[in-house]
Amino acid sequence: MNQAIEGPIDVTEQEGERLHISGLFVAFISGLPQLLFPLLAAVFGARKSDNPALIPIMIAVVLALSLFFRWLTWLRFRYHVGDDDIRVEKGILNRTARSIPYERIQDVSIQQKPLARMLGLSEVKFETGGGDGDDAKLSFVTLDEANRLRALVRSRKAGVAVAQDIPVMDESEDAETLFAMDGKRVFTLGLYSFSLVIFVVLGGFSQQFDFLLPFDFWDLKRWVGLAEDSGVRVSTLNGVSMAGQLTLAFGAFTSLIFIGFASGVGRTFLREHGFRLTQTPKGFRRRRGLFTLTDVVMPTHRVQAAVVQTGPIRKRSGWHSLKFVSLAQDSKEESNYVAAPLATLDEVWRISQAAGIDAPDGDEALRKGAVLHWMIQLALFVPPLLIAMAALLIFADRPLAPLLFLLLLLVVAACLFWCDWRKYRFGLDAQQLYLRRGWWQQKLMLTPQVKVQSIEIAQGPLARRYGLASLKFGIAGGTLEMVALPLSTALAIRKAVMEMVAAVDYSAINQSR
Amino acid sequence: MIDDNLPELTPLDPAFITTSRIATALGLLPFVVGAGVLEFAQLLPPGSFLVPMLLVYAFVAYTVPARKYRHWGYDMGMGRLRVVRGYMFYRDTFVPFGRIQHIDVDQGPIDRRYGLATLTVHTAGNHNSTVTLPGLAHADALAMREAIRAAIRQELL
Repeated sequence: MNQAIEGPIDVTEQEGERLHISGLFVAFISGLPQLLFPLLAAVFGARKSDNPALIPIMIAVVLALSLFFRWLTWLRFRYHVGDDDIRVEKGILNRTARSIPYERIQDVSIQQKPLARMLGLSEVKFETGGGDGDDAKLSFVTLDEANRLRALVRSRKAGVAVAQDIPVMDESEDAETLFAMDGKRVFTLGLYSFSLVIFVVLGGFSQQFDFLLPFDFWDLKRWVGLAEDSGVRVSTLNGVSMAGQLTLAFGAFTSLIFIGFASGVGRTFLREHGFRLTQTPKGFRRRRGLFTLTDVVMPTHRVQAAVVQTGPIRKRSGWHSLKFVSLAQDSKEESNYVAAPLATLDEVWRISQAAGIDAPDGDEALRKGAVLHWMIQLALFVPPLLIAMAALLIFADRPLAPLLFLLLLLVVAACLFWCDWRKYRFGLDAQQLYLRRGWWQQKLMLTPQVKVQSIEIAQGPLARRYGLASLKFGIAGGTLEMVALPLSTALAIRKAVMEMVAAVDYSAINQSR
Repeated sequence: MIDDNLPELTPLDPAFITTSRIATALGLLPFVVGAGVLEFAQLLPPGSFLVPMLLVYAFVAYTVPARKYRHWGYDMGMGRLRVVRGYMFYRDTFVPFGRIQHIDVDQGPIDRRYGLATLTVHTAGNHNSTVTLPGLAHADALAMREAIRAAIRQELL
């Protein structure tokens, strides 16, 4: 590419194609708004001097610099269509050479913005399932080249994969209803969704729009005045008997509770009314909503993990919710696909089985974490607490006795850690990984081992000393982290999972067959 | 400490110590300049800013990179890339070839001077979506990329 480069030469250095030079112009024009601030700075800088001719010169310099750097970027950008992959090399000083195997390209998108269209150019994006979302973009190439690239990628992939488009669906006969919620179930869910958010919203509104009100919302005196106008006096209020005050407080409290339940039920009905999850040949299809009906399809093979959750109260009635963790691209609106907001465990396992995730059947060997892990966490609290106490004692001259109450914080933390330890379980069987955590909101995560993307054993300084480790599994759309394992257990689990993972390729598990 | 069935780790290219020293030294230079300015203002007895600053600077820019180097290691084979790093905060990451989405080979200006490169593999996972391995000889990095790419292709056939 450039003769100035030293060192070993990359395989594609001599070959490869440049982007279309007119793209420089398009990028320059569409990048002009970004130059607004530098331009303003240049103009203001020049205004200070006496020579007014400096202003256009400064503007010209800023524009020329921008154009120059865009030209450099263009000069140092090459793409190469190889036998097995597409390669992109870029960077002025920091050089990056990216290789995207054809097997991994999920989609090729061609985009033409108005300006590019006038020049017959288009932007090509190669999308893979990469977790960070930044794949490869060619801006810009001619439309012919774009079509050629797309056709090429499709033909290379043709033998391997099937197109990923989610087809528009009719009400097919063979759709089996997996889960549906009637009005009663939605109402129950609404009761569990008790929420006082409406007060926050109202408060926020009154803050934002109080200029629209003819009076000051937060003016307490005005409210008192209003009350006095209608015959209530603050002094009389003070004079009300104890029983009367209690009644008033009880009334206020009851109405608060009522509003909390009512808003929970209302919001739930708006969102979940007519909830129906069906299994179609193309995957799960979910319809719900009262006024805005949503209809979302998720291909079964995209399910990466299942999350079964329950709360402290709903657990007593056996209610659980089921969510599916899926590939990152699916999750623009919701981070997880809600498959059942309120269901019994039997229903939950029936749905998850349809996604290829089995219920825990006893041989998953759920284990407790090592207590030492939580003790270490607790020990980390002690030094800051002691320092804070010492600081208050020495610099603020506080007496020692009340400071000892600060130690209560330690007791509270210990209780929380104990609850966490008591409920935490991890385990695996031949096919799946299990992780249960949470003493207030209980959460069980299940994932097939073949869906694991990476495995990391991590040890902090203290954990290392005591032979503890945590095991983090990268999953598309989520993370599963096992903590408080003896190092030997972590190694054994990693070995077992690696054997499962290595046997199946990513493209194979995430394509529909 | 780590079980014996695993092959021994390959250390990074020794030039990594040098490049990392240069990068740290350049990155921390503003602090030294700042200490010099404070020294110049003569707020405290002479040397009370510059001397401790220079000691810390020498330690971080000279000794730490050598230690960092000792705790990096990688291993490729058995269908996966293994990257080990960190002493205080130890991380041992496995990325199966079958889960790699795309592969980057990066080279900064300092790296280029010493013929080094950084290999970055991208997976679809949210955790560890990019796994980075710096301080490889450029030719090695390219060879590793080819090997991974070939492995991805092969596994599908």
